[in-house]
Amino acid sequence: MTLIRKISGAAHSNHIHESATKHVTGKAKYCDDITEPVGTLHAYLGVSDVAHATIKSMDLTAVKSMPGVIGTITTLDIPGMNDISPTGQNDEPVFPVDTVQFYGQPLFAVIAKTRKIARHAAKLAVIDYDILPHALSISSAQNVGYPHVTAPLKLERGNVDKIKSKGSNQIKGEIAIGGQDHMYLEGQIAFAVPGEDDDLIIHCSTQHPSEAQHMVAQVMGIPNNAVTVNVRRMGGGFGGKESQMNLFCVVAAIAAKKWNCAVKLRPDRDQDMTSTGKRHDFVINYDVTFDNDGLIKTVDSIFSARCGYSSDLSGPVTDRALFHADNAYYYPNVRLSSRPMKTNTVSNTAFRGFGGPQGVLAAERIIEEISFITGQDPLDVRKLNLYGETDRNITPYHQEIKDNILPKLINELEKNANYRERRNEIKSFNESSKILKKGIALTPVKFGISFTATWYNQAGALIHIYNDGSIHLNHGGTEMGQGLNTKIAQIVAEAFQVDFDRIKITKTTTEKVPNTSATAASSGTDLNGMAALNAADQIKNRLIKFAASHWNVKEIDIKFISNMVHVGKEAFRFNEFIKMAYMERVQLSAAGFYKTPDIHWDRAAGKGKPFYYYAYGAACSEVSIDTLTGEYRVDQTDILHDVGCSLNPVLDKGQIEGAFIQGMGWLTSEELWWDDNGKLQTHAPSTYKIPLASDKPSIFNVELADWSENRELTIKRSKAVGEPPFMLGISVLEALSMAISSINNYKVCPKLDTPATPERVLMAVEKMQELIN
Amino acid sequence: MDLVKGILMKIRNEIKFILNDRSISLIDFEVEQTLLDFLRLDQQMIGTKEGCAEGDCGACTVLIGRLTNGILKYESVNSCIRFLASLDGCHVVSIEYLSGKNENLHPVQKAMVEYHGSQCGFCTPGFVMSLYALWMENPTPSKRDVEIAVQGNLCRCTGYEPIIKAALSINKFGKPVFDYLNIERKNISSKLTDLQDKKCVVIGKNDNEAILPATIDDLAAMLKSRPNATIVAGATDVGLWVTKSLRSISPALFIGNLAELKKIEIKDDILEFGAGVTYSEIQSWLSKFFPFLENYWERIAGWQVRNMGTIGGNIANGSPIGDTPPVLIALKSEIVLRKGNKIRVLPLEKYFIDYGKQNLQQSEFILSVRVPLPVSNQLNSAYKISKRREDDISTLAAGISMVVEDGLIKDCRICFGGMAATPKRASITEDSLQGKLWCNDTFNKAVKMLDEDFSPLSDWRATKKYRMIVARNLLHRFFLEHDLNTAQPIQLLSS
Repeated sequence: MTLIRKISGAAHSNHIHESATKHVTGKAKYCDDITEPVGTLHAYLGVSDVAHATIKSMDLTAVKSMPGVIGTITTLDIPGMNDISPTGQNDEPVFPVDTVQFYGQPLFAVIAKTRKIARHAAKLAVIDYDILPHALSISSAQNVGYPHVTAPLKLERGNVDKIKSKGSNQIKGEIAIGGQDHMYLEGQIAFAVPGEDDDLIIHCSTQHPSEAQHMVAQVMGIPNNAVTVNVRRMGGGFGGKESQMNLFCVVAAIAAKKWNCAVKLRPDRDQDMTSTGKRHDFVINYDVTFDNDGLIKTVDSIFSARCGYSSDLSGPVTDRALFHADNAYYYPNVRLSSRPMKTNTVSNTAFRGFGGPQGVLAAERIIEEISFITGQDPLDVRKLNLYGETDRNITPYHQEIKDNILPKLINELEKNANYRERRNEIKSFNESSKILKKGIALTPVKFGISFTATWYNQAGALIHIYNDGSIHLNHGGTEMGQGLNTKIAQIVAEAFQVDFDRIKITKTTTEKVPNTSATAASSGTDLNGMAALNAADQIKNRLIKFAASHWNVKEIDIKFISNMVHVGKEAFRFNEFIKMAYMERVQLSAAGFYKTPDIHWDRAAGKGKPFYYYAYGAACSEVSIDTLTGEYRVDQTDILHDVGCSLNPVLDKGQIEGAFIQGMGWLTSEELWWDDNGKLQTHAPSTYKIPLASDKPSIFNVELADWSENRELTIKRSKAVGEPPFMLGISVLEALSMAISSINNYKVCPKLDTPATPERVLMAVEKMQELIN
Repeated sequence: MDLVKGILMKIRNEIKFILNDRSISLIDFEVEQTLLDFLRLDQQMIGTKEGCAEGDCGACTVLIGRLTNGILKYESVNSCIRFLASLDGCHVVSIEYLSGKNENLHPVQKAMVEYHGSQCGFCTPGFVMSLYALWMENPTPSKRDVEIAVQGNLCRCTGYEPIIKAALSINKFGKPVFDYLNIERKNISSKLTDLQDKKCVVIGKNDNEAILPATIDDLAAMLKSRPNATIVAGATDVGLWVTKSLRSISPALFIGNLAELKKIEIKDDILEFGAGVTYSEIQSWLSKFFPFLENYWERIAGWQVRNMGTIGGNIANGSPIGDTPPVLIALKSEIVLRKGNKIRVLPLEKYFIDYGKQNLQQSEFILSVRVPLPVSNQLNSAYKISKRREDDISTLAAGISMVVEDGLIKDCRICFGGMAATPKRASITEDSLQGKLWCNDTFNKAVKMLDEDFSPLSDWRATKKYRMIVARNLLHRFFLEHDLNTAQPIQLLSS
């Protein structure tokens, strides 16, 4: 028996991130690191310092006369449409013509020889406003009758009103959920280089090169084919670069054409955080009935969201909140409505989970509240209400759940984390400890995978094999750190049975794969991996046909094994084989394509199968709180998460750990705070606090549910991983809640709003103490 | 040679430093230019990243090697708020230097790769540099050591777990004795010694002037002739005036390298340290003489900022939320001020007059800080409350000190930051405690008096209500912490 060396970087192996050595040496190039052509100019945005006003006049004389300034760009310089609304609602101007709609709204751009000069000059504008009244919060917008930014959604099943009226236990509650800034380490940036004719090349940090391309074309009034958008990698995206890069791209493009120079636009962190969208804040009102065992009978909820001044992606975001308002639980009778509210704040946008986390949090709060009323362990209420595996498995949007693995997954985590025993220990600790209190919670997540905009569920890839046997791989997805390029190269390495290093992963560009979807909705690997496999298979089939006829062997006797191609009894090195194929004029390039099968969605009816499958997970977190200050620590978190047959377990674990911490940050220390004038005062890492290494749970165990396999024919039976584990952070919030409730012997649900900053925790502690006295 | 008010100074009109393996000398540059911009824009060294330009994310971290008393020490700093002029006589080490000429990965880099410590990679060079600084000082760190070393580094992708694992394993991939910076230590030390010519450095003029006085006398004289000058020590505050508020700081007096302002000594039961002493430099002295400050110190900013920022600067800028004034005031500290040749001593609490207004005359500067060592029976605590536990600005901070003799409270000093327009003593509360019996009842009554002392503001860090409740609770905590009858844990400790 001959030992065959396995290829490096095969599918399902723990291959390191394709750029890891470039990351650690500082050689990985981001958009701002691209060598600038001589004469590159720098743009900067001038923004409003009022939340709502009519612009009476805008005097840019001082801006233009600053030494080093080349000129300015206003609405008058826009050659095409003054609109960058990603859903085509025509409600998001590049620069507003007459009305300012939020504090920090870009009004003009200044172009200068250096970025420093442009930054200084942008402050010199003299703008005269007629101030209009503004509404910043969801409630104030509702009070003054502000409109929805997009059509609301209603999901309904069963008969809520009839069953509710039958009388049983009822809770009516409200939870206010704060937003979140992406705080990607690399901020927004676009770099436009003018070409001949109408051509423009845009280098940009974006998750959605095709949209950037289309927006630049729309604003420039030129066809899409004149614009190329490139991105090799991003320094983080998290949804913040799905539509928010458009502004920077179009402004750089206008300037590049106006002065026929390369133009770079990079806001500073303050402007990035003030002038680009964030996760939506929600206020969720729920009205729930349930029996004495805690079994839910009806759920009637309204999801109001702070969308900001325009629609952006608020439609699909608020839709997804409703799609996840059940999380893992069966609601026999349910009515869910969204209220996407317009406000005079920056237009909120995509952020990991895309509305899903807010929906899931509402479901978990309902479960938590029920458990306080029935006096049960919340985990028992959870288990009781879980979707069935074969019955009780219809969602509020009428999709049948066929792949529910949560009963098994939760039981496994409960056992491994020693949940029940620790809960008892914590209860006895709380009895004796006066100042410090502890809490523990185990919360699950079920997350629907697919874009709910069904047409987005398509992808393309392009593979060339050059005549030396080296492979060029390109696809429509973008690399933002999640390891997409690594996984897709693994899929291609596996297909051709060649070492990972034979494959060159190349920048995402609209020139190679057109009409791509955003790398979002956790779909990057599912879609682009399949497209790449399709391309690889096309070439492979041609190679097999060629070999079969060339050497006169059966197709079945041609095998790709470990950098060799076996043709009958002969074997060739892969590169030798490719050279021969080339000489025999075999086409060594293929464009692959994939579309997700079997999904459909009728929004008007609120029915369909919007998701191809579901990803599952659960987390158990233990916390300690300081009842004198409201400060807390996460002592331990155990996670068991489902990624199907992992394409790369170590990268998937990295996604889970990172998502958990980000989700925890959303619910704890990350607070967006606007003053009464509508100015965001937490607009940089000095004031907006994302978790640090020291905030990580002291004990942090993350395991993959390695027995899980996707029932659907996804790429190598894997599952999406980007967003689902984000919601595992909810376990921390509920553990905090338990710790607080211990003050009053677990009698009353503290109903923490989020983020649960030390202040919110302390105020809840105070409330509990008042209840005792 | 330049004649300033009768003092004859030796002047040099260029700054000189070493960047990785190259000698750099600059004669003309903008006073406000940062090291980060110099690296990225002038030198096209793009490995060092800008994440926030305010010293809070650490993506721009580099190492600065400096000679202190003849010993070369490398520290992590934020290049985004480090002014170019302040580098005179330093060795700047950037990420580009780590792989060396043979392009082999450095042990820190190997560990980060092996343990999957990068995802998007943008924060990674900064993490590598912070971990490099840690590894050189402490090749076998504890988890807590690692957390402290990367306090000033944000990662939004990994959740930190793999970075910590990498940091704990660096020594598997190589030992510091074989590290290039250690091998070259003698050579670099002698080069840096050569750069120390004891000359006052003057760059530019008029509205773009940077001065590095060679002595305190130089500083006093320069400040006399340029009363509007900006004094820059660690630049952890002034840096932000430039990078965030786009302010001009010329003429700027860079005092970060002034050895005379870095003296630390104990004399007559008083710890006296120069205004140029950084948080890191004083740390071992505090651990020895004020051990209660150890945990508190770890919560002041991140490591990079503690390596740059000075206590003198923390006092001088007059902020109501500076971390050090409350506890220093509680400990009866004094500051020594100098103007020209005149010196005066001021109780620290008298320095803070009102918001933005300090007891500081034109051309005057803080020379040193004097902190009396605790007497026997003196109970001391320092507390800090912030939205995020570490590397955050105080929501409120408290320094509390009392002498308890025969069960009675004497010499009670309570000072809060974040509760008023300045760091402020709780005089009414102090009076209510003075001479009283050390017992729960006394404190229960005293905490209520804080309402008479303070009426704090609401802002993005906290509401007025929260600040008041926590102030009371912290005073209560002080009792619990020092009372012999308190058996159970009353504070969350670092992991």
